[in-house]
Amino acid sequence: MSSDFLPRLTMEATVPADEVTPPPSAPLIETKHLELFYGQHRALKGIDLAILEKRVTALIGPSGCGKSTYLRCFNRMNDLIDGCRVVGECRIGGEDIYDPKVDVIELRKRVGMVFQKSNPFPKSIFENIAYGLRLHGQKTKPEIEAVVEKSLRDAALWDEVKDRLNQSALGLSGGQQQRLCIARAIAIRPEIILMDEPASALDPLATTKIEELILGLKRDFTIVIVTHNMQQATRISDFTAFFYLGELIEYDLTSRIFTNPAKKQTEDYVTGRFG
Amino acid sequence: MNRRFAGQRRDVVSLLGTGLTLGATLICLGILAVILGYLLWLGAPQVSWRFLTAGAESDMFDVNKAGIFPMLIGTVARVFLMTLFVIPIGVTTAVYLTEYAANNSLLTRFIRGAVNNLAGVPSIVFGLFGVGFFINFIGGQLDEWSASPAPHWGKPALLWASLTLAVMTLPVVIVATEESLKAIPPGLREASLALGATKLQTLCQIVVPHALPGILTGGILAISRAAGEVAPILFTGAAYYLRDTPKSLSDQFMDLAYHVFVLSTQSPNIEATRPLLFGTVVVLLLLTFSLNWVAIIVRARMRRANRVGN
Amino acid sequence: MGIHRSHRVRPLEWLAEQLIRLLSLTAILVVFLIFLFVGRESLPIVLGQMNSAAPQTVIPVEQFDSLPSERIRAYLGLSAKEFQSLNQETLKALLEIRVEAALEGSTNRDAGLNTTEWRYLLKPYQWSDYERPVYIWQPVSEVPKYNLVPLLVGSLKTTLAALFFSVPIALGAALYVSQLASPSAKELIKPAIELLSAIPSVVLGSFAMLVLATALQALTGSQFRLNALLAGIALGMASIPVIFSLAEDALTSVPVAYTQAALALGASRWRAAWQIVLPAAIPGVFAAVVLGFGRCIGETMVVLLASGNASILSGSFLDPCRTLTATIAAELGEPVVGSHHYRMLFLLGTLLFTVTFLTNVVGDLVMHRLKSGLEGRK
Repeated sequence: MSSDFLPRLTMEATVPADEVTPPPSAPLIETKHLELFYGQHRALKGIDLAILEKRVTALIGPSGCGKSTYLRCFNRMNDLIDGCRVVGECRIGGEDIYDPKVDVIELRKRVGMVFQKSNPFPKSIFENIAYGLRLHGQKTKPEIEAVVEKSLRDAALWDEVKDRLNQSALGLSGGQQQRLCIARAIAIRPEIILMDEPASALDPLATTKIEELILGLKRDFTIVIVTHNMQQATRISDFTAFFYLGELIEYDLTSRIFTNPAKKQTEDYVTGRFG
Repeated sequence: MNRRFAGQRRDVVSLLGTGLTLGATLICLGILAVILGYLLWLGAPQVSWRFLTAGAESDMFDVNKAGIFPMLIGTVARVFLMTLFVIPIGVTTAVYLTEYAANNSLLTRFIRGAVNNLAGVPSIVFGLFGVGFFINFIGGQLDEWSASPAPHWGKPALLWASLTLAVMTLPVVIVATEESLKAIPPGLREASLALGATKLQTLCQIVVPHALPGILTGGILAISRAAGEVAPILFTGAAYYLRDTPKSLSDQFMDLAYHVFVLSTQSPNIEATRPLLFGTVVVLLLLTFSLNWVAIIVRARMRRANRVGN
Repeated sequence: MGIHRSHRVRPLEWLAEQLIRLLSLTAILVVFLIFLFVGRESLPIVLGQMNSAAPQTVIPVEQFDSLPSERIRAYLGLSAKEFQSLNQETLKALLEIRVEAALEGSTNRDAGLNTTEWRYLLKPYQWSDYERPVYIWQPVSEVPKYNLVPLLVGSLKTTLAALFFSVPIALGAALYVSQLASPSAKELIKPAIELLSAIPSVVLGSFAMLVLATALQALTGSQFRLNALLAGIALGMASIPVIFSLAEDALTSVPVAYTQAALALGASRWRAAWQIVLPAAIPGVFAAVVLGFGRCIGETMVVLLASGNASILSGSFLDPCRTLTATIAAELGEPVVGSHHYRMLFLLGTLLFTVTFLTNVVGDLVMHRLKSGLEGRK
């Protein structure tokens, strides 16, 4: 995997010992000159980026900069939008996911997603998680029950809901709903979890819980998270990519982006001078 | 100082305007109240168990003997059959329009235009269509193939009346279903698709169950609309008088709404048969109103449920 | 990572999608078929291929056995199937009728006219026994008369009377309910008015014919119990809920911000509604009236019961009249399939279909303009 747009990053990632730096790992998601069009409008203008395995990568930038759009390229949710077109390369685990031979359904099994607005199904808590399992062929009740419990424990929700698994998920609080959505996503054991501003609608307490959860999930999953909250990015992410007007301005270790950015625009943004 | 804000000047125009529009509103409500009140007042006493269960064997204009049982059966049968046709077709069309079709493609626009126009076609034209297409064309063909000596399908029949009504109520079902499909928060579809569900799985397990109350409303409204219609069935299946209730799809039938027409125009002594007429009207009104009422309640409940879901 | 297709296509998925697409085409198909089958039956008249004139050559009954049956079938204008189903006696009787008709026809100078030609459909004609040229619809007579003008006038007359009655009331109520009423009153009034549309038209017609007619006759002193005005009022009741709900929708779709801005400037609620909201919603209100017109012109049972059904041409609203719809409803049971009377009724249907089609298109276009206007592309 020769990635000429990665050198600084991987080198840096191996060297400094004083910073709490994660050990090296291979890039799992790579995009090369990825462009995205809504009809005639070019929303992403050639993004080159490599996202490392079992790390948390944050995408930041002012609203409308294309960070969410970019995130949605990884599980091809943009396919659902009329007139949306992707040019360039997007590889996950070395495979071009925009290859016509790719089965989107298989892709989405491996790339889970958590949305900005919590969106539990209007079913019971149990059924919310069991839904994905049944889709992917798990049939027996004990099997499903075991996975539901494990997912809820992993999502730090088990203790709060274990007595009311059969009640409607809509009765949960906003933060609980969002953790249920995370549990639902991890239940089908994806490799990557995409999170689109997962805590933006939550109060600080619920946000803290989600952040703790994300840090815990890092052991097993590669996480890409879009956030507009810069403190959040510093708290949970290993790497940060700064987007502006559909372009990738800077991509580096999170610590570096927030303390010693290379670009003026990045500095202006993270210090709150615009955006 | 308060006096500066007290209304000194009477705004006559505003008062007049408000009064006039209020008057218009009251007239609307008054019309409803008068019609319903009058018909219920005169018709309700006639409605008895005997009236509902007796046939019209002896004399259909005899106030003391005639009943409306065969008409009730006919109406229920034609409406039930219609539902079997209109619900699957209407719902799938709505599903196609909201879930599959590109929003502004030529085909979508054509279908939408067709549905809109269908909703405005006069009911008697549907009757003509039923005669020209179902009876003469399809029925005629069937008779030719089966080489039946007397027309078996090429004549008015329960099946043709139901099909004609199904065509007429198609827009009602499509519009109601579409509305409820659009009311589903898009997040639900995304959530399901992001879990790796196929479109069909998302449709069957998330979208349609969620839209069920709306689909139900559409069905009920279609039934209520069809139950009171006479023009489309005048020549496609309804009969003035029959000895029997319909036994097969190719039989003609007596019908509640058509019976109202018959009693109003064919009675030898209109004054004497008035109670019969108003009794029949009351039963018909009870039928359509209760259906509408159910539809309104289901819809209100659905709206509330959707708000919680957000 | 194995995201390539294990099975290239999902057959069930594909099948379901095709089925859904196919079924959804039914709507288009139906509109097309309606136009095709209603139009097809009336086409011979439009193209001038029908001939209602009495046959010039008469086959005497005695020739029945000598002539080929095909010739007789053609002469009697029967289909092969119909011909087969009739026995000899009946056929002879039919021939007899023709002979008698021809004999009588010779006394009527109009018997040889093809009254399905356009000029007889639209222009007045002085029939024998008539003192002056008339517009008349009289399909069941020795010389069938198919003048469309009285029916068109009848339809327009009842519709105008209906709109004259229902438009002010429905629009006034819509304005009140959408702008002036308190929310709780609105929740009650709106469904109540919409419940009016749940009254079957046959019930409205029957009510008008038996109850309203007496009251109206006492009021107007008209010579006729059933007349265009009565039909118009009953029709108005049927169209009130249609116009009301569409207009109410249009008025409600005007952003509340408009009203608030006006109220903040010190306007009364009425002035805000009348001077700001109504002008902004005027295309939608217009569309509501247009669609109400379509509803009135296509309504059948109300006019069939309440209009008196006299196919005479009269300008007075107190005379009975007959509409296109009522004519179809009253007469379609009689004529033989394929006869000129039958086709003429389908011509009326085609006419109705066309008119309502046009009103729908106009209504839709105006409604769209309203929506795009309010969405800020003005």
